[in-house]
Amino acid sequence: MKLLLAALLPLLATATLVALLARSLQRDAQAEPVSPLIGKPAPVLDLERLAGDTPPRPGEVWVLNVFASWCGPCRTELPVLGQLAEQSGVRIVGLDYRDTLELGLAFLKRHGNPYALTWRDPEGKGSMAWGVTGVPETFVIDRKGVVRLRHTGPVTAEDLNKRLLPLIKRLQGA
Amino acid sequence: MRKFIALTVFAAAVTAQAAEDLDTRVERLAQELRCVVCQSQSVADSNAPLAVDMKRHLREGLAAGRSEQELRDELVQRYGEQVLYRPALHAGTVPLWFGPVALVAIGGLVYWRHGRRREGGP
Repeated sequence: MKLLLAALLPLLATATLVALLARSLQRDAQAEPVSPLIGKPAPVLDLERLAGDTPPRPGEVWVLNVFASWCGPCRTELPVLGQLAEQSGVRIVGLDYRDTLELGLAFLKRHGNPYALTWRDPEGKGSMAWGVTGVPETFVIDRKGVVRLRHTGPVTAEDLNKRLLPLIKRLQGA
Repeated sequence: MRKFIALTVFAAAVTAQAAEDLDTRVERLAQELRCVVCQSQSVADSNAPLAVDMKRHLREGLAAGRSEQELRDELVQRYGEQVLYRPALHAGTVPLWFGPVALVAIGGLVYWRHGRRREGGP
């Protein structure tokens, strides 16, 4: 019995290790980035305005999207953000990360502006308050002002339909 | 006139001293922080935009009289414990601090027992 256990133990240990590694491999790191902000009140931005003048109303679900005119994926995600605003009625607040006034405005003019309000963040102060590590990044904030989701990388049509819209609809109903 | 020159030199020296102190403090604090978008680089060593922004933030914070601990805690709240090279010891970081020691201990124990069995065997 003891011998059997001694023979099985390394096998068991290896199997556990393999299972752990396999799980890490399959987990989509992009889909659920950890953010210490989840479940915490949304940081307040004290910045200059780039465009738009309709901030989210208190008690309303809203979305923050960090972008930049020099960021290619941000361009591709703009139409998807437009769909998001249209289909759920949420106000999207833009944060123009490390950009100039002229380039930021030209970007919105040329590629369409899905944002109800856009802040300028030339020194990365606002994005640092949100723990942003790159552009684009998207956050969903619930009716109580609590951060509920962080999405890194461009929002694709699939992300929109499978994650963002269902969550936003649920939060709006709550 | 001579008094005025002496005073100006003194003021300049004091300002330079203060600026140098701030530089060293920013540098020391930035050394403790991981550049979260880099591979194995501290905020002090990195020129990534995020690291540059962070250094500016630290400098402004320290200049405004905020404590190092305050700035450190703030960054942990935003970027998580991984922003620190030496995370605080609490329930969640126990494996990080003692995991390697525990693994070596287990290995040593196995080796010791195995060795003894062989010695005692035929």
